[in-house]
Amino acid sequence: MLHIDYANYEALRAHGEETYPHECCGVLLGKSDAEGNHVRQIVRAGNTRTDSAHNRYNIAPIELVKIQRQARGLGLDIVGFYHSHPDHPAQWSPTDFAEAHWFGCSYVITAVEKGKAAITNSFLLTGTSEEDKKFRDQPIEIAVAEQAQQ
Amino acid sequence: MNIHIPTPLRAYTGGAETVSVPGATVTEVFNNLTSQYPDLKQQLFNTEGKLRSFVNVYFNDEDLRYLPEKEATAVAATDELTIIPSIAGGTDAVSPCCSCCPSL
Ligand SMILES: [Zn+2]
Repeated sequence: MLHIDYANYEALRAHGEETYPHECCGVLLGKSDAEGNHVRQIVRAGNTRTDSAHNRYNIAPIELVKIQRQARGLGLDIVGFYHSHPDHPAQWSPTDFAEAHWFGCSYVITAVEKGKAAITNSFLLTGTSEEDKKFRDQPIEIAVAEQAQQ
Repeated sequence: MNIHIPTPLRAYTGGAETVSVPGATVTEVFNNLTSQYPDLKQQLFNTEGKLRSFVNVYFNDEDLRYLPEKEATAVAATDELTIIPSIAGGTDAVSPCCSCCPSL
């Protein structure tokens, strides 16, 4: 299960609307436990694939290094990533799968249809290696109640 | 020196985000890291002993691949290494992916 509060959920969907017709991407910071990944904060990342940003995304490693440092400062971990699929279904693509290496992390995909965020799905990358990895559908639980102060 | 471990690899460091490993060069530090945490080895390196293409290593804020001396770079106790797997994807299954290619 991916646990996320409504404000962060809406923010990651809005990001995809803003960058349409290009893909957006970002990082989910939080904590993971037996119940799944809990998102506490989202961090927008720049899509470095300016050559084909409509169907590609890529977060620069140095940006990830800095986001991981930021997470450490907040006492949080990187628990997942999000990106958008402009005018494509909210399903992972073969490229998404081939490029997924963060086991135990949630990969959230929002379909953005003609500029409007449509379906958002989450996929948990399971397995321990490139040979046995799999994307599993992961239910999203959106907390609408006001979140306690962090 | 301290090495920062990304979430998916903490399963191999007993959950630790930061591990402290001795060594005078990046290679020595890596050797000590993988002897301390043997299961990390195949996660980080391929069968030829080279870093896997999707595993990025940062020496402080510098990409190890772009350092003149690469793995032979001398390290001080105050330097830091960060291991960070790449993040990329896309909707087009036909085009090859080059996100991990250092020439980009
Ligand atoms: Zn995608």
